[in-house]
Amino acid sequence: MPRSEAMDGARGPALAARIVHAWRKGDRSGLARTLIAALAALAAATFATSIMTGAADASLGNVLRWLAGGASGDQALSMRDRIIILDIRLPRAVLGMLVGAALAVSGVVMQGLFRNPLADPGLVGVSSGASLGAVLLIVLGSTTFGPVFALFGFYALPLGAFCGGLATTMLLYRIATRSGQTSVATMLLAGIALGALASAVTGVLVFVADDKQLRDLTFWGLGSLAGANWTKILTAGPIILLSLCVVPFLARGLNAITLGEAAAFHMGVPVQRLKNIAILSVAAATGASVAVSGGIGFVGIVVPHLLRLVIGPDHRYLLPASALLGGTMLIFADMLARTIVSPAELPIGIITAFVGAPFFLWVLLRGRSNMGL
Amino acid sequence: MHRFDFRRLRRWELALAAFALSTPFLLPALAPVSSSLVSPAMAETVEKPDTSRIVSIGGAVTEIIYALGEENRLVGRDSTSTYPEAAAKLPNVGYMRQLAPEGIIAVNPAAIVAIEGSGPPEALSVLKQANIPFTTIGETYDEAGILAKIRAVGAFLGVPDKAEALVKSVEQDLDAALADSAARPESERKRVLFILSTQDGKIMASGTGTAASGIIELAGAVNAAGKFPGYKPLTDEAIVEAKPDVILMMDRGGAHGMSADQLFALPALSLTPAAKSKALVRMDGLHLLGFGPRTASAIRELNTAIYGKKTNASQ
Repeated sequence: MPRSEAMDGARGPALAARIVHAWRKGDRSGLARTLIAALAALAAATFATSIMTGAADASLGNVLRWLAGGASGDQALSMRDRIIILDIRLPRAVLGMLVGAALAVSGVVMQGLFRNPLADPGLVGVSSGASLGAVLLIVLGSTTFGPVFALFGFYALPLGAFCGGLATTMLLYRIATRSGQTSVATMLLAGIALGALASAVTGVLVFVADDKQLRDLTFWGLGSLAGANWTKILTAGPIILLSLCVVPFLARGLNAITLGEAAAFHMGVPVQRLKNIAILSVAAATGASVAVSGGIGFVGIVVPHLLRLVIGPDHRYLLPASALLGGTMLIFADMLARTIVSPAELPIGIITAFVGAPFFLWVLLRGRSNMGL
Repeated sequence: MHRFDFRRLRRWELALAAFALSTPFLLPALAPVSSSLVSPAMAETVEKPDTSRIVSIGGAVTEIIYALGEENRLVGRDSTSTYPEAAAKLPNVGYMRQLAPEGIIAVNPAAIVAIEGSGPPEALSVLKQANIPFTTIGETYDEAGILAKIRAVGAFLGVPDKAEALVKSVEQDLDAALADSAARPESERKRVLFILSTQDGKIMASGTGTAASGIIELAGAVNAAGKFPGYKPLTDEAIVEAKPDVILMMDRGGAHGMSADQLFALPALSLTPAAKSKALVRMDGLHLLGFGPRTASAIRELNTAIYGKKTNASQ
């Protein structure tokens, strides 16, 4: 079905009816297609709502008129509206969409690759490596990495995180690859070891950090979209988008790999190449996400699971659906974080856990009978 | 697959890695210098900022504004500004180190005055784009620091005369309190350990260069944890070694924190001189550590709590 149909608000009930109908019939692929259309509509709606809500009153109409080149009445007031919408809310929504999609899709790919529903980008050491990179910059920043800070200012930190995450993954990959074959099991175990090592080094650095650095560390580690701005989007966005564009080509291979690597290989899937691309995409997407928004947990495991319970394990549908739902979930959580205690703000991790966890449990309990989990 | 497996894959992989690693370096160069879609077309600095509607960040700054009698200009405060009670009724724009720019813009301030260390930097840069003047008030943990704070806030509000009057009264008050503390001979000074938190038995104590260390010294006592800078978790042995006569903690109100009995039951603390006399002092955090207009009374209160009612037992 065409997407424009789903975007049409009046068709909402009809769409829901179709999803329920397809679910009852057990028509997985029909259900998946319809669900993806519905998720796209939901994502668009959440995105729009997020731009329209916030602590401050800002008129979207004013801003749209200005963008369209129309005259605005009060110069100072419309300037304020423009800043709120174009420089505060819009970057947050865009970054939320990107990061949410990156985390959810990375989760799907990792789980497919390791054939383990509990795998998570954190397992391959991306997260711990990224935090090590950031911590290194914070603690040794001014002395050792002075030139880096001089060059990149605020963006030195995301950069450090990104490089740390990617470097850890590359190292891990080298460890797990023998004569051109990457052992998934070795990678998992080495990932745990490297993660522990990175955490230990981080721990040492935390101990030598002074108070100001410590506060930077804790807030950086909490995870938040509060620091969103266009420069961050231009920095992390292309990397995330590139990964998201590559991943759909892996869908068939990931489907085959569920039968085991040997079976997939005999089916004609270039298993080793698949692993290369998958691991690099995940490392780049997760590294970039962690770099611009800190460690936001929960999305990478919950979103893929939720969708697997509804549309089954076919990666062709799972990947786009996860990207849409992950982005939507993060924007929605961020919107709540910004409005619940307004004019102050809650850390987004609290919201994702509060909203996501009970819902997830409910779906799990309901779905258990049909899934045979 | 087997013939060109190793070499080619490796080169390919390296190429991708090189691309991914170089992207962040190339992109900021391409990104516009300002991270804003809206380029402010206004004068960068106004001769005299409008301070009719201000948001105050930092408990001491807010207290000073009230002490100057300029509280009618306040339209917002941060979560550390809890005194006087009227301040707590103002819209709360969040924790001083985690400000939300949109929340601040929402209360429509003409200017922001904040204590040193407020942030994060991203929030400040957005506020700068929104053309809201942001003034930072410096902080040191001593008498001069308090007076400098008052003068800075007064200058910001354009009421230097009121500020001087307040400086005079605060200075007299402080001098009197400090003279009391200073009269105590070195040999009689007690060792005070400030405990920030006792999360799962790990005791966070305050070393040198902290507000807690400053107030302990002003009250005529010795910071028992004076061997390291900043706040650090102490090992049990280090606590025993520090030999504190008195334990000082923030009073978080309600049922938060431990009772004195629970605290002194902790193995490390049970071996300190403080445990023998069950010497635990709790004080309101902002009053104790704010270094604002009420610090003289905090010094007196702490002094009394440590040494008892009679000042100067030495004859």
